[in-house]
Amino acid sequence: MNKSFKFHLKLFAQTFQISAFTFGGGFVIISLMKKQLVEKLGWLDEKEMLDFTALAQSSPGAVAVNASLLVGYRLAGITGAATALLGTILPPLLIITGISYAYDAFQSNIYIQNSLKGMQAAVAAVIADVVINLGGKIVKEKSVLNILVMIASFVCVAFLKVNIILVILVCGIIGLISTLIKGKKGGEK
Amino acid sequence: MIYLKLFWSFVQIGLFTIGGGYAAIPLIQNQVVNINEWMSLAEFTDLVTIAELTPGPIAINAATFVGTRMAGPFGSIVATIGCVLPSCVIVSILALLYKKYSSLNIVQGVLGGLRPAVVGMISSAWLSILALALLNGTTALFGLKTFNPYAACIFAASLFILKKFKISPIIIMLCSGLVGLVVYSI
Repeated sequence: MNKSFKFHLKLFAQTFQISAFTFGGGFVIISLMKKQLVEKLGWLDEKEMLDFTALAQSSPGAVAVNASLLVGYRLAGITGAATALLGTILPPLLIITGISYAYDAFQSNIYIQNSLKGMQAAVAAVIADVVINLGGKIVKEKSVLNILVMIASFVCVAFLKVNIILVILVCGIIGLISTLIKGKKGGEK
Repeated sequence: MIYLKLFWSFVQIGLFTIGGGYAAIPLIQNQVVNINEWMSLAEFTDLVTIAELTPGPIAINAATFVGTRMAGPFGSIVATIGCVLPSCVIVSILALLYKKYSSLNIVQGVLGGLRPAVVGMISSAWLSILALALLNGTTALFGLKTFNPYAACIFAASLFILKKFKISPIIIMLCSGLVGLVVYSI
């Protein structure tokens, strides 16, 4: 665990940057964290990031806040969690405080709206990149169960509007049962 | 005491929002519009729009906006702290448990089942953002009247650059913002 002051500064800078560009829901910040913290900096491995996503989704509160707490804690303990939390809540705090004083000007400014519209398409591209990357890996594992779980949870959430918590619960139980069955088979040998 | 009221309202919002994002909206509305009457419904709708247009979780955006309006910068800080407090307590416990038990066979099994599910859920979030960006949010995928060719080009170019080069996604987003500014403003 890296607890130097310099690392905390870096962690703060990263979470601040990521949070400042998290337009949209919790999965946007997860995608940005995966690109920056996993792929670029190598601070975490991919499995941990997916575990943290599931934990952040199923805990109360904003997903972005939960994910940054988990990542910060993993990287540098309690002080890391505090640093990551601060980095994540400062950008919206500053931006919204500004906007709430200049609300009308912001709402009617066509140039701001246009830039935001451009960024929206880029957000879709960033998440597409992450989806292709993660989905490709699941397919390459060639576990039929995992591929089915991935497709089923996509269909359930995207089209059937099933509650995310329910999906997490059911898939956790499926994982548990398949491990128990495998364990039993291993024990009999 | 407005600070205490703000704090307590947003503690409840932070505690009872599970799954984040849009799940928070009805809860925030209940506290801010119905119970405390800090805002009218019209103002609240504006708040949701602003929250969508600006970075950050919607609950934090709401806490900051309502806090500032009711009690200035200090109010916004108090409301935001209230909003993240439940997360801090619960997630810290989870982080500890994860560190201690994540290597256990059974826990690995549960997490193993969750990983592909998370990928599926990210895909679902991606689909709705793509529809919002390219089709202006219409869910009728075949009603292409609202199709935005500029957004499709920005999307395709960004994805190509992301796949081809190791560029920070933040730089891609900034450039796309600039492109949007130029293309849509002309």
